[in-house]
Amino acid sequence: MRDVAIVSFAQVRGDPASGLPEVLLLVPAIRDAIARSGIPRRSIGFTCSGSCDYLAGQPFAFVQNLDATGAWPPIAESHVEMDGAWAFYEAWVRLQHGDIDTALVFASGRSSLCNLREVLCLQLDPYYLSPLWVDDVALAALQAQAVLAATGRTEKDLAEIAARCRRDARANPFAEVSGDEDSAALLAQPYVASPLRAHDIPATGDGAAALVMVAGERARELCERPAWIRGLDHRVDPQYPGVRDLARCRSAEIAAARAGVASAPIEVAELMTQFPHEEILLRQALGLGEGVVVNPSGGPLTAHPVMATGLVRIGEAFRQINEHGRRRVLAHAASGPCLQQNLVCVLESETEAD
Amino acid sequence: MAERCAVIGIGQTKHAKRREDVSLAGLLREAAQRALDDAELRWRDIEAVVIGTAPDLFEGVMQPELYLADALGAAGKPILRVHTAGSVGGSTALVAAGLIQSRVHDRVLTLAFEKQSEGDTSWGLSGGRSGGVGAGGYFAPHMKAYIERSGAPEHIGWKVAVKDRLNALKNPYAHLHLPKIDIDTVKGSEMLWAPIRRLESCPASDGACAMVLTNQAGGQHAPRPPAWVRGGAMRSELGFFPGRDPVDPQAGRHCATEVYRQAGITDPRGQLDVAEIYVPFSWYEPMWLENLHLAKKNEGWQLTDRGVTAFDGDLPVNPSGGVLSTNPIGASGMIRFAEAALQVRNQAGEHQIDGARVALGHAYGGAAQYFAMWVVASTPN
Repeated sequence: MRDVAIVSFAQVRGDPASGLPEVLLLVPAIRDAIARSGIPRRSIGFTCSGSCDYLAGQPFAFVQNLDATGAWPPIAESHVEMDGAWAFYEAWVRLQHGDIDTALVFASGRSSLCNLREVLCLQLDPYYLSPLWVDDVALAALQAQAVLAATGRTEKDLAEIAARCRRDARANPFAEVSGDEDSAALLAQPYVASPLRAHDIPATGDGAAALVMVAGERARELCERPAWIRGLDHRVDPQYPGVRDLARCRSAEIAAARAGVASAPIEVAELMTQFPHEEILLRQALGLGEGVVVNPSGGPLTAHPVMATGLVRIGEAFRQINEHGRRRVLAHAASGPCLQQNLVCVLESETEAD
Repeated sequence: MAERCAVIGIGQTKHAKRREDVSLAGLLREAAQRALDDAELRWRDIEAVVIGTAPDLFEGVMQPELYLADALGAAGKPILRVHTAGSVGGSTALVAAGLIQSRVHDRVLTLAFEKQSEGDTSWGLSGGRSGGVGAGGYFAPHMKAYIERSGAPEHIGWKVAVKDRLNALKNPYAHLHLPKIDIDTVKGSEMLWAPIRRLESCPASDGACAMVLTNQAGGQHAPRPPAWVRGGAMRSELGFFPGRDPVDPQAGRHCATEVYRQAGITDPRGQLDVAEIYVPFSWYEPMWLENLHLAKKNEGWQLTDRGVTAFDGDLPVNPSGGVLSTNPIGASGMIRFAEAALQVRNQAGEHQIDGARVALGHAYGGAAQYFAMWVVASTPN
């Protein structure tokens, strides 16, 4: 495989009260990611994005986002109706062809426009599950119960994860919520869907993110400390909860194995854990020991710009290498109910040849 | 150097106004099973799945790849979902081909679909609650502008409508089978959006298309002749600004130039044996002939008029019957790509063009601003 690195990343937090359309969240994100890369916009070889029409409640909503790229003259471009982490995957595959060296990836979403819990019901099997209007939080609560039962962990463990994320989020300017409550204070809160309480549910928001990736030595010329993609894979599980062991996440296990997570220690992992029990589950599935720092950004429990959250994990992992001097980090993205689909990316400060 | 990609399996559903006999998953499996049978492979031989469909709001299922994952044999495998408006069927095939060309995977199943009967596509195409003119209303002024610029006589549109519907009679999977169609019935049909009459417009279909793609070694060992992907490209441009020509978009011209360059085609009109072009409204045949460098500016209609694009013409266009006969929107682009591949594999049955060796598959979408194309051939180089 060709060596490909992330050389820049930018993120924008949307203010629902501003009424700014999604494309105007993307404009500064794309502008900043390109400016930080040092690559002229016109010379970018491929552009790929992720978003979801259903958040805007409008077919072809993503078409308006094209304006943020300034696609004139025409550009080589594609879009996935998935979290931007999968656009990142498509762009990485495209760079493997060998004929182009640079790619722009972006993602955006304005979940404030919709009732997200209602809309996410439409992700389910339209004949058997969706008509029940069982929402993502209810399904997550079922999985949380299964994880607690299988691992012997307790609601106190969930509260400690939530409390840690909220503390870490105090340093993240993109966080929607933060706090310094201890786990006892969080445990005193009422259930939303047992065993989940309000702080166990992701802090959804509007936002956009963009990054630039570059193949080969040029990445080093453009960026003092690029983050090299050393492993990248994604897998899916069947959707129906009844056919899955909810206390395991097989697709994440396969993706981690294929991405080579176990071949050397991971220092930091940015995981798309929308609920605290998912951290317990994913630490196990991805083989992350207790020493691995998880979600120093505060994670999706404190900032969940739907459709960009996975790409933000990759961006935060990039920052761990680029700004914080880490050498080997992991980014994870997920989609679907109960961690149905999982993407794992291993980033390192050096290539294999180094 | 990228790996070569070969199409070794192709499957389509019987396209129809309503496929109430199958669920969404059942519709996709019908196409996928036919593609696997054609390739003589089993579900477990597939390493990754790439699906495409037009807006989720058409069927009311958000990110349907999640619900469809196990029905498509993707459990434990990667599945990607592409969405690039009307060009999506073509883009989906190109993303799948990319997984082969990059050597990430050796055997990929790609599918595109639409089950228009499960939702209200006209409502969706009209902008949903925001309201709008729909696809026909949007494209009608572009067609009128083309007629004015080129001085094309009005019977050109009728001629395309008749030709594609008669071609569809040779294609058992086509949705519309209108054996009695002629110029008079087209001309006499209701005016929907001037200059487009009902019979010059595409139907609303339920349907799916699937292809199995593999690498050079897989192509060489396939049970039936493969189609070799000689070139593939996507181009997008902004939809609305004064300097743009929506009748003859730059993105389409650039995309064609790039795909011909990759395929080593210097004289597309002479070197292409057949073309499957996305023509949802009759006038788009001459318009796209020009955009695809197959005719000089304002002269595309002359090819249609002289019968060059007819089934027995020098450059047959849409021998399958095209989008005018079958339009499961998200699948329509992939059907163009698959029909081009069927032709160079000599597997198109009754609508086979004799001696077809090099073929173009084309799709477009949005405000005629998204383009996806591939050139396939009977030999790898």
